[in-house]
Amino acid sequence: MKFREKALIMDEAAIRRALTRIAHEINEANKGVEEVALVGIRRRGGPLAHQLASQIENIEGIKPPVGVLDITLYRDDLTTLGPAPIVHRTEVDFDVTGKIIVLVDDVIFTGRTARAALDALMDLGRPKRIQLAVLIDRGHRELPIKPDFVGKNVPTSREEIVSVCVEEIDGENKVIIEEVIE
Amino acid sequence: MRFDRRKDLLGLRDITREEIEVILGTAIPMKDIIRRDVKKVPALRGKGVITVFYENSTRTRTSFELAGKYLSADTSNLAVSTSSVQKGESLKDTIKTIEMMGPDVLVMRHSCSGAPHYVARNTTMRVINAGDGINEHPTQALLDMYSIRERKGTLEGLKVAIVGDILHSRVARSNIFGLSKFGCELRVIGPSTLIPPGIDKLGVKAYANLESGLKGVDVINVLRIQKERQHGALFPSIDEYRELYMIRPEHLALAADDAIVLHPGPMNRGIEISTELAESPRCIVNEQVSNGVAVRMAILYLMLGGGRDEIAG
Repeated sequence: MKFREKALIMDEAAIRRALTRIAHEINEANKGVEEVALVGIRRRGGPLAHQLASQIENIEGIKPPVGVLDITLYRDDLTTLGPAPIVHRTEVDFDVTGKIIVLVDDVIFTGRTARAALDALMDLGRPKRIQLAVLIDRGHRELPIKPDFVGKNVPTSREEIVSVCVEEIDGENKVIIEEVIE
Repeated sequence: MRFDRRKDLLGLRDITREEIEVILGTAIPMKDIIRRDVKKVPALRGKGVITVFYENSTRTRTSFELAGKYLSADTSNLAVSTSSVQKGESLKDTIKTIEMMGPDVLVMRHSCSGAPHYVARNTTMRVINAGDGINEHPTQALLDMYSIRERKGTLEGLKVAIVGDILHSRVARSNIFGLSKFGCELRVIGPSTLIPPGIDKLGVKAYANLESGLKGVDVINVLRIQKERQHGALFPSIDEYRELYMIRPEHLALAADDAIVLHPGPMNRGIEISTELAESPRCIVNEQVSNGVAVRMAILYLMLGGGRDEIAG
């Protein structure tokens, strides 16, 4: 499949402003960040969680611990896909029990990734509270899941593709809408 | 070429280096799961794994069963010694009966070389060879390779010596097939009656003398002397074998500085390996057991974790 870039939704500055606002919101919602830890969902949730942790540090002077969750083994579509997808490591080096865990992902769409992430996280321990932060909410939910913190709401058609690029993986920070051309 | 497109795992002779790398890579996150409090992920929910062992084994069978359970598959075992096999049922009929009960994968051990290959051609189930005669034991070799790579950081270019009864060893054969794909320098050490003729054609160097074979090696894989396979008096006595081939701590001085010792278990302490060496931190036999579960989880996941429509056969 080939893709064509249709529109630039956020540039680097816009992403930074959105993450700064989310950092303030996380701080406010939890009356400080002493108990907060961030867990990014592979792949692009990982770098975003690290960026968000730095923003929180700028505001509060405390950098919350950051982990990365691989949800492959928890997906609900494993046997409907083709070959078994490659599994990567989950790297959460702190105890999640008793903590306020903010799950971080780039885009929320059907909500199925967030569902899988909730199950994967619960198997690591018993967090005090779990919240969900996403850079983009593009709608079309298939499960009763709603993010707590949203960078930008982007109405889309199901056929469009929202791509979040992060510097650590893609070399730049931006959000674009793409469409399939063939 | 992706591992998950093949129906069966019968040996390492016919598998590519890339497929082995996918298995070893997938075993890393699987090992993390074994170390957690909650040792279960839902990936293989609703899948059935059956183990059928025509030769006695508890560790390999248990390893497969736990691997399946940690991935949420339903595992069960056909106890051959109490089954209709004892009433004279043919292998083909037994396998068909199992197939009709619906499991997705059959894990099989048999004393006849090639039995799993025959079964694989005659069933829709996926077949994993858990050891066939003197042919192959692919999952053991894969866990050996995983253990070596975990300790050494790489497999590339390592010097590996396999010591013992090479002639009757499916572990040795699978290790040779697997490790040779990674550019390892392979040696086998043992009495010349227990070295298969023509092994040099596999790129393996044979040594009858333990000390000269161990010089400079990074890995020593010590095989169990399988008393059940020594029918033809291929070496004079256990005492003589111990005298000439038992690995002891002083042998490590001949090997590379940080050489490690593997053993597929169960160990005959005081025959092929001394107790002092078995207890030494250089001997990673216990780690191999944990890694065995992780590697078998990786294999089960790669075989059963995706959809079925892309299987080439």
